[in-house]
Amino acid sequence: MKLDLLHGRVEMAHGSGGRAMANLIEGLFAKALGNAYLAQGDDGAVLPPPSGRLVMSTDSHVVSPLFFPGGDIGSLAVHGTVNDVAVMGAKPLYLSAAFILEEGLPLADLLRIVESMARAAADAGVLIVTGDTKVVEKGKGDGVFITTTGVGVLREGLELSGNRAGPGDVVLLSGSIGEHGMAILSRREGLNFDSPIVSDSAPLNGLVEAMLDTGAELRALRDPTRGGLATTLNELAKQSGVGMRIEEAAVPVEPVVVAACEFLGLDPFYIANEGKLVALCAPQDADRLLAAMRAQPLGKKAAIIGEVVEDRHGFVQMTTRLGGRRILDWLSGEPLPRIC
Amino acid sequence: MKYIEEFRNGKLARGLAEAIAGEVRDGRRYHLMEFCGGHTHAISRYGLADLLPPRVRMIHGPGCPVCVLPVGRIDQAIRLALEHEVTLCSYGDCLRVPASHGLSLQKARAQGADVRMVYAITDALELARQNPDKQVAFLAIGFETTTPPTAVAIRQAEALGLANFFVLCNHVLTPAAMRAILDNPAGVQLDGFVGPAHVSTVIGSRPYEPFANVYGKPVVIAGFEPLDVLQAILMLVRQINAGRAEVENEFTRAVTPEGNRKAQALMNEVFALRDAFEWRGLGTLPHSALKVRPEYAAFDAEARFGLGYVPVPDNKACECGAILRGEKRPQECRIFGTACTPERPVGSCMVSAEGACAAHYQYGRFKDVARHASQGGER
Repeated sequence: MKLDLLHGRVEMAHGSGGRAMANLIEGLFAKALGNAYLAQGDDGAVLPPPSGRLVMSTDSHVVSPLFFPGGDIGSLAVHGTVNDVAVMGAKPLYLSAAFILEEGLPLADLLRIVESMARAAADAGVLIVTGDTKVVEKGKGDGVFITTTGVGVLREGLELSGNRAGPGDVVLLSGSIGEHGMAILSRREGLNFDSPIVSDSAPLNGLVEAMLDTGAELRALRDPTRGGLATTLNELAKQSGVGMRIEEAAVPVEPVVVAACEFLGLDPFYIANEGKLVALCAPQDADRLLAAMRAQPLGKKAAIIGEVVEDRHGFVQMTTRLGGRRILDWLSGEPLPRIC
Repeated sequence: MKYIEEFRNGKLARGLAEAIAGEVRDGRRYHLMEFCGGHTHAISRYGLADLLPPRVRMIHGPGCPVCVLPVGRIDQAIRLALEHEVTLCSYGDCLRVPASHGLSLQKARAQGADVRMVYAITDALELARQNPDKQVAFLAIGFETTTPPTAVAIRQAEALGLANFFVLCNHVLTPAAMRAILDNPAGVQLDGFVGPAHVSTVIGSRPYEPFANVYGKPVVIAGFEPLDVLQAILMLVRQINAGRAEVENEFTRAVTPEGNRKAQALMNEVFALRDAFEWRGLGTLPHSALKVRPEYAAFDAEARFGLGYVPVPDNKACECGAILRGEKRPQECRIFGTACTPERPVGSCMVSAEGACAAHYQYGRFKDVARHASQGGER
């Protein structure tokens, strides 16, 4: 039975292990994602021996709406895991992808998502080598959930970790913040507002490679996703037992993001990014690293935003645009709009 | 980026700060209350206290809608959801306010109550319209800013003929709270008010005149942007130095003397004054809050479900009351940052982003480290 990719919908049978599932895998997944490893058709992919230490990371992707300006859950599922592997300092090579599909999801939507994953993987230079599909009853999922696991190879001698920051280290940011989260919010049901904001969802491995090639003494890289830049800086400070001083005026934020955040009473420092990274590096290498970042398409707006300081309380302090000081605290609870 | 960047300009801010420092006189102090939580938030978020001379002290006022709601009112909302099986819609902040019996709306939800977070009353109205089999109530809170939308929603519900939409009305009045602060003989010493921003767009600047004329306290209505606040402080310092007590309007881009007449008319049509209303911190104040008029009783959750009001004292350790009256600062509460944090709030001032405790915790607590160091840090 041929898949009706135009009008068909996901049915329980597509996850039951029978012929319908085989049809879905062959007619949709294999077609879009096809590569030699997937074509092996076994329970797992047999991969060549790696050339160094392995980095492995996994991430589940749940996003509503499934399609948003600048991407969709498919491209996001690839970028999310590629970036987690990349900010460890590794070259991402392979991904697995596990899908939980909700009964009733249009096959045309699924195809669009899987094709988007294929494009994102090709862009990032990774292969999706194994996967899984399950179907849950209507009402028990949100269209589709995708879990991706990534494997990459770490550079010889490279040690990056959030616990390696010390006083004097410089904090760099690869670009403007808040675009992914606000793009999603602008399309969310019940909150729909007109906005030109596009998600920054992108693979960071190219940028990371260029940064590593400089030989700069890097302590840590991290992508400020959920919880935004503020949360990532606090995580790093806590892990290293240090504080930070950030200059608000140095942190790039697009005017449309500022406006949308203002409209909803949100703070861009707490809004998710999917194509940005924070780098901590030794002070003597900061300018060289910054120049290398700015030479990359995803680092054009990179900036030095602050420095690591000694602080046993682990406060990330920020000098505001107005010259006052405040804490840039952890996100607590959900960011909520103002009432009065 | 009109109306955002212009009002957050660092150079202009430093200019205003210098002007304030130039006006401040030796040998006197300036105790100024910013009434609104929105101003408290702006002061903390932009670190404005650092720009002010030490002689100018900002005192946080009670203008935080979630903060002034007493425990008994949250209890009512919980009873509505748990006992009357009503779908209760609320702004997000209210969900986490601790109530009686270790409950909160959020915890009631975990016990099976149908509690929904909404961004606006229109979401609750829509929910009622789409689910005629459900009884939907909106926990209406806030000062005059949020009152007109509640009035509009009740009128829309009537026009749509909805029999399943209700409002649990807890709307309160700003001038009553300001009067209560000034009438308290043991209360905080004040030299003037930074007057409300959004509230004043609705009620105008006139209602503040008694505070200037009768109480002799200058009021400067200010927008919520940092430059608005600094400009208002400068205007207050100048009034105080000149021995003047007037209502001045810094927020002229949005506030007129009369306010929004249409919104006022709507409020008057749908709501009437309550004889008395209990506020957290300020006690029971006469004519300080609104109730749904009998003509619209069909939409009044209190009337429809016979919800009696039972006052409940605050947690003994919690200083929200004194903080809302401006008598204590958040860091002067024994449980601030230890037993009471945004993750596990004991009092409402730590819950709402507009609350003084939440603002100090989120933005300013690094200044207390010397005091807290002996207690082994905050987290």
